[in-house]
Amino acid sequence: MTDLDLELVEGWVEPELAEEFPELSLVHAGVDVRPARSPREVKQRLRMLADRYTGGKVVHMRQDPVPWAYRVFSRQVGIDPDHDRTPVEAVALRRLKQGGLQSENLVDDALTIAIAETGVPLIALDGERVGGELGLRLARAGERLGPVRPLSERQLVVADRERPVAVVLGEVGADAGVTPETEQIVLCALGVKGVPRISLEEALWSAAETLYT
Amino acid sequence: MVRSRDALHLATVLDVLDTPAVTGLPEAPPDERAARRTLLDQVAHLENELAQVFCATWPRTEMARPVVRGRGGGPRMLSLAELEELRDELAACVSDSRRALSDRTWVEEGNRRLIEEMMLEPERHKWRRVSAEDIGERGCRHWHVRPRWSFIGMLMGWWRVVVSSGCPLAT
Repeated sequence: MTDLDLELVEGWVEPELAEEFPELSLVHAGVDVRPARSPREVKQRLRMLADRYTGGKVVHMRQDPVPWAYRVFSRQVGIDPDHDRTPVEAVALRRLKQGGLQSENLVDDALTIAIAETGVPLIALDGERVGGELGLRLARAGERLGPVRPLSERQLVVADRERPVAVVLGEVGADAGVTPETEQIVLCALGVKGVPRISLEEALWSAAETLYT
Repeated sequence: MVRSRDALHLATVLDVLDTPAVTGLPEAPPDERAARRTLLDQVAHLENELAQVFCATWPRTEMARPVVRGRGGGPRMLSLAELEELRDELAACVSDSRRALSDRTWVEEGNRRLIEEMMLEPERHKWRRVSAEDIGERGCRHWHVRPRWSFIGMLMGWWRVVVSSGCPLAT
């Protein structure tokens, strides 16, 4: 394993958004890793992780502090968390439906492991396709995510200086996501009220460690 | 004397009426921040209650669960009216869920009492059968009042409660 040197950057938050959700935050970090197939150790880790889930545990997950905090945030921004699952619940549900956590690729597996272990939603962006500082803001009229996906006005988005690159708790733009040609990955963790900063850092470190496996 | 005081009073009233209604106030929209903050806190509180009721309902998977739909348009800053609507729907949902659970547990409590009565006086509850699901528990266990030694037991009035063990093996 490579010695990990991760520089965590606090993303900006638009004032209107910060006023509405004072503890909303985005922490991101760049890692120089190229996407690849997951090595055996990562697949093994996914299997071990999958063995920890039971139906009762998944049901009671919504009362655990971190998953609960993201459920509350989902409600407050107009999402039904029982329909559009928070990332940690989506991973748990995938485990119950598939009977395990199937390996996809190194990047997705790293995100799955970090999300399942910490409960913090993470996304991965292509470091060369996003411009500089990342932050959280409201979408403006007529803006799009990627070339085609229209955004509704005042939708919460992760954005760089120029354009939205992902929807908060949602999809990543086609022109900002990780591709097989990506050489630098930016990992982003979303923080909401009730989630300590250390959980965000742990999520980023966990994902970065898996990527460097 | 009285007349002159009335005249003075009338003059004061006219002065007040002649004064412009509001002067010097900025033309800004009303500050919604406090109301929004209260509504967001209420939504968080209700979501907590909903999670508690949901967890208490487990493992009664067949119970209908009220749903509070998303507002549409993805994650976004909701208007004050939308937040109020969301708060009201969540409150109604929590109330419905609690009532349904309360009704259900009342029936289950009755079934638990019935099991105790079956155990104490099986001959008064001939052929009665209560399942684990009837008392809000998981599994295929059930309590069944049956005669000891089949027809002989039926003729002699020898009844007992048979507790089945576990679910049948999958074929």
